Amino acid sequence: MSYASHLLCRECGRCYPLEPIHVCEFCFGSLDVNYDYQALGRDTSRQRIEKGPLTVWRYSDFLPADREQAVDIGAGFTPLLRAQNLAEALGLRRLYIKNDCANPTWSFKDRVVTVASTKALEFGFDTLACASTGNLANAVAAHAARGGLQALVFIPADLEQGKVVGSAVYGPTLVAVKGTYDDTNRLCSELSDRYPWAFVNINIRPYYAEGSKTLAYEVIEQLGWLAPDHCIVPMASGSLLTKIWKGIKELSWLGLVDWAHTRMSGAQAEGCSPIVEAWERQSFNIRPVRPNTIAKSLAIGNPADGYYALKVMADSGGFAVAVSDDEVVEGIKLLAETEGIFAETAGGVVIAGLRRLVAQGHVQPDELVVAFITGAGLKTQEAVLDRLVPCLVIEPHLASFEEAIAEHREAVAAGRHTSRGESHG
Amino acid sequence: MAKQKVKFTFPTGLIKDPVIYRLGKQFEVVTNIRRADVTEDRGWVVLELEGEMGEIERAVQWVIDQGVRVDPVAGDIVEG
Repeated sequence: MSYASHLLCRECGRCYPLEPIHVCEFCFGSLDVNYDYQALGRDTSRQRIEKGPLTVWRYSDFLPADREQAVDIGAGFTPLLRAQNLAEALGLRRLYIKNDCANPTWSFKDRVVTVASTKALEFGFDTLACASTGNLANAVAAHAARGGLQALVFIPADLEQGKVVGSAVYGPTLVAVKGTYDDTNRLCSELSDRYPWAFVNINIRPYYAEGSKTLAYEVIEQLGWLAPDHCIVPMASGSLLTKIWKGIKELSWLGLVDWAHTRMSGAQAEGCSPIVEAWERQSFNIRPVRPNTIAKSLAIGNPADGYYALKVMADSGGFAVAVSDDEVVEGIKLLAETEGIFAETAGGVVIAGLRRLVAQGHVQPDELVVAFITGAGLKTQEAVLDRLVPCLVIEPHLASFEEAIAEHREAVAAGRHTSRGESHG
Repeated sequence: MAKQKVKFTFPTGLIKDPVIYRLGKQFEVVTNIRRADVTEDRGWVVLELEGEMGEIERAVQWVIDQGVRVDPVAGDIVEG
């Protein structure tokens, strides 16, 4: 059962019933789901959680929707890997990777959309909608298919064909919007006011965002009911960072983990870093930007939860860091070459951000660090295509192979590519 | 009548301009401010616009043309 009790305005504290609304009628502040923590504390336990399914619905007591009716394609309970090779490369002792590439549509968006789609059905909606350039669209289309909902996915008209396939295969209605990114934003806001759809990150947003908390619960359980010392999280709207923090605090309040002193640090790409820019100005006022980065999944120029992410980083003793697109690619390669995990550009932002934070002394070598990798690299192959070691081209006989491999090894030792190489493009 | 909840973000150069007052004078749109934070070098205002949808759209375009950034109150909706 769900212990969700009401919606609470994050600005003025007014309470609302659990309905498909997302802003306070008085101050237009965003709404957050609140729970009956007294009842939750009485009923929940580590043993009860451990008996649950190996999906996000294991933590259904902490989610605002009913597990029995869940639109579930297996999101969550992704691997938490001890990353010894990467730790050594970065100068850390205890580094873990939370690998959300392992979700059904290969990104953490499955966590939020499984909750949003379940809640949409509970509310009686027949259509699930979103505006997205990638991961969110994939997750919405897939969950709508599973839940028997109509899916409406709005995409920019100039989106590459390759990015459309991961959504189109599930059979949604795809609507390509001509115009700028801002035009698309405003149109979708108007549409959500006009049509009776469950727009996952508009009218269902309070419920949708709660799905991200499961990353915190999983990490703590997978560490043997231990909270990490430091979390490194990618920031787009800033919601993910705030929800991981909320999840850690909830387990702490309820005594399921010893009082946590986790520090929360957030990473963005320099080409879209309004939260980091505010952090560096020591301000809580976000100045919206026009995104220009290869980290498209983090390209939110006017982050809805930027203020709250800044508060969490400040309150927890964390930091904000921005990295260049070149560093993003280096981060992707470093993670792949040391740990065998191919992350999308947001993962490159996290690894490059972590490297910077270590170099700046903001992450201590003996901290237990968890880096959150939120999506798989096959979705953004173009980011690394021209930075890979070319494959060797040989004749189909032994001598050709041995000549090529010797030349290759010599070239690698000298830090260059061989003349026999053929690019992957 | 339609309603739209929006956030205006003002650059430094427009802090002293009465943009919202002029919007109300030039268009058949009622403005209703709910939250704001304005300093000498920047500012944002969260407000509701009420009127015919076409008139609201024209008013919003006029505000954008003045150099003010206009966003849905929920922030950016297009996610990666």
